[in-house]
Amino acid sequence: MLLPSPWRQFFPGILALAEQQQVWLDSAATAQKPQVMIDTLSQYYQKGVANVHRAQHQPGERATRAFEEARSSIASWLQAGEQDQVIFTKGTTEGINLLSQALAHQLQAGDEILISAYEHHANLLPWQQLALSRGLKLKILPMDSAGHLDIDHAISQLSPRSRVLAVSTLSNVVGHQQSLERLLSAARDMGVWTVIDGAQAAVHQRPNLQQLDCDFFVCSAHKLYGPDGVGILFARERAVSALRHWQFGGEMVRECDYQHAEFLPAPLGFEPGTPSTANIVAFAATLDWLQRLDSSAIAQHEAALHQTLLKGLQTRGMQIIGAPNCALVSFNAPGIHHADLALLLGEQGIAVRAGHHCAMPLLKSLGLAGALRVSLAMYNDGDDIQRFLSALDQALEILQ
Amino acid sequence: MIELSAAAQQAIDDFQACKQWEQRARLLLQWGNRLDELPEAQRTSDNLVHGCETRVWLLLDRQTEPLRFQVASEARLLRGLLALLLLRIDGLTAEQITAVDAVEWFNQLGLSRQLSPSRSNGLNAVLNTMHELLQQPT
Repeated sequence: MLLPSPWRQFFPGILALAEQQQVWLDSAATAQKPQVMIDTLSQYYQKGVANVHRAQHQPGERATRAFEEARSSIASWLQAGEQDQVIFTKGTTEGINLLSQALAHQLQAGDEILISAYEHHANLLPWQQLALSRGLKLKILPMDSAGHLDIDHAISQLSPRSRVLAVSTLSNVVGHQQSLERLLSAARDMGVWTVIDGAQAAVHQRPNLQQLDCDFFVCSAHKLYGPDGVGILFARERAVSALRHWQFGGEMVRECDYQHAEFLPAPLGFEPGTPSTANIVAFAATLDWLQRLDSSAIAQHEAALHQTLLKGLQTRGMQIIGAPNCALVSFNAPGIHHADLALLLGEQGIAVRAGHHCAMPLLKSLGLAGALRVSLAMYNDGDDIQRFLSALDQALEILQ
Repeated sequence: MIELSAAAQQAIDDFQACKQWEQRARLLLQWGNRLDELPEAQRTSDNLVHGCETRVWLLLDRQTEPLRFQVASEARLLRGLLALLLLRIDGLTAEQITAVDAVEWFNQLGLSRQLSPSRSNGLNAVLNTMHELLQQPT
């Protein structure tokens, strides 16, 4: 076989799907889980559970230790600094909602929030709704035909009224890696809070928050081979104090009266209620496991798969969105509705995504009703691509 | 249980005779081609069915007796599914249409997967809108 994946064997889900004659090419939506994640989750529950941070009993201590160790290990995976904070959320969506609420007190009517044209709804709607409720201006930064943000234009859009810049490093539709250093540095010079949405990128390249000079960074565990319902919000030391508490309840309180309360600082002050402890511990174990693998071999494998996929689509005359260079390709077949193609691929056991991919404004601006998206992960192999391409041929033959 | 028309029974026979998904798909496309679609002028946002990723327009013509729905879709296979849905309710009264078990109907055709809740093709949304339109006072 061409392009075998040496890591496929570690993912029982991908093997089970293969037995069900399903080819999983929708990892940009959610990734299959490695055995180590499943084992950690099950072992955590089997040892007996307790709440974190509250009880004096031994099970409580053990849970708290596991939870805080997970936090440290995730912080080191992010290459965060000593004083930077890692706040646990439900996912990228909650992370961005948290930021839009927790930074809101810093924004006055007429201030500006800047986002890119290719953002997922998760990095558009929280800012859009904040802008609408506070009389702020939401500026949309355009991308070039390849799908890269027009950096010079973006920098020219920064003004003394700019307060927040929120952009993704990899669009879930275009799959084009962004180089944002110049923009981030210009934004910082203007005193703009910078937010990076790493939901798509983090699984393909380990974030290095020493290098990526943003104030905040968000991503989701489930796209990173981790469990559902967990996300990370990284807040750099210099930016933590800008956040105002946003959700209230147990565990985040320092002092509480009927009429008044004082809250803990980050991270605990931003994690009210019982956290998703087992999932967080399992996520940390997943990242530890990932870190021990040969990351450059994984990157090479994914790049080779991506090339094969891209070539296969190009030789078939498919209309590809932008110039994807990482992990995924979105496309349409000329003269064929994406829903028709999706249905016939589904009939053949090919799991790809069709529609607007939670980026309606982007698709509209491209004049498209939708598109198909094929997305890759470390467990995909050359056979997956070949099966997809022959299913595509079959579907096209029927529809043409 | 509303009895099947001869044409509906024939459709079941035709679809059940399909041995492979390719044949079923081709037959579905043929049904789609036969659909008498809602004219362009009536494809307004008012007539758009909410909840479909693929745009579908649906209109209830109350002037005719029996009732007549008109639909249009941008996707050809969905057009086929819609044509089959209209076939099932052809000639029925509002009350009878509401009583039709659409899941059972597509099951009989071997197309039940197209009605599963995770499908965003809009067939479920069309059914809901049909029921809403039938309940609206004339």
